[in-house]
Amino acid sequence: MNGKKSFGGRGKSGSSSQQGGKDAQRRPMFRRRKVCKFCSDKIDDINYKDVKLLMPFVPERAKVLPRRISGTCALHQRKLRTAIMRARQLALIPYTTE
Amino acid sequence: MSRKYELVYVVSPDATDEQVTEVHTQVEGIVQRMNGQLEKTDNWGRRKLAYEIGRHKEGTYVLEVINGDGELMKEIDRRLKVTDLVIRHLVVRVDEEQLVVDRTRNRRTETTRRRRVARGLPPDRQPGEGQRGEPDDDRDDRFDMGGEELR
Repeated sequence: MNGKKSFGGRGKSGSSSQQGGKDAQRRPMFRRRKVCKFCSDKIDDINYKDVKLLMPFVPERAKVLPRRISGTCALHQRKLRTAIMRARQLALIPYTTE
Repeated sequence: MSRKYELVYVVSPDATDEQVTEVHTQVEGIVQRMNGQLEKTDNWGRRKLAYEIGRHKEGTYVLEVINGDGELMKEIDRRLKVTDLVIRHLVVRVDEEQLVVDRTRNRRTETTRRRRVARGLPPDRQPGEGQRGEPDDDRDDRFDMGGEELR
């Protein structure tokens, strides 16, 4: 139920040596479980012509939004990437912003 | 071996409507000459480009859905490459992807129906049922998004 990743590795750098604090450190940081937009909305076809669908996955710098942030599943991320690359060729989506 | 392809090309903004039609007729001619079929044509009209191509900042987009073999598409590709009026084009084979999409979609509707029947409900969703509507299956291919949002 709780987040898919364990955030244990994060505090290792030093502060985790205080034993009691470990749990307390982790608990309050509640993270909502990310779900794949395409799975939940049942979008089967990620099309390069559908700029409206793709734009949220191409933030400011026009890079492809990584999976760890968007929560997209591997299958759909792959399809999304292809779609974005095709759309870029047609100048529907920028490669970069100046 | 006939396959389904999608061709999108961007015509220079300096071109007149007649010139755009001329490019289309050229494509149509090649398709007919090489025993293909032109399934659909869709003119998206003038659109702002996401980045400058040469000195152009906008272009006219045309989509053509073509049934034919690889040789035909090769020829079209070659012709569009040498046409100066066409500033960008893209050929994508779509039949296989379409098949996969249709299959998953069918499987999904079947499962939903089966489950609904098992729950004693009519197989199809009734109007006004559920929290939110299903996304439209026949989404329009076109986009009426302003160029500003692309920036």
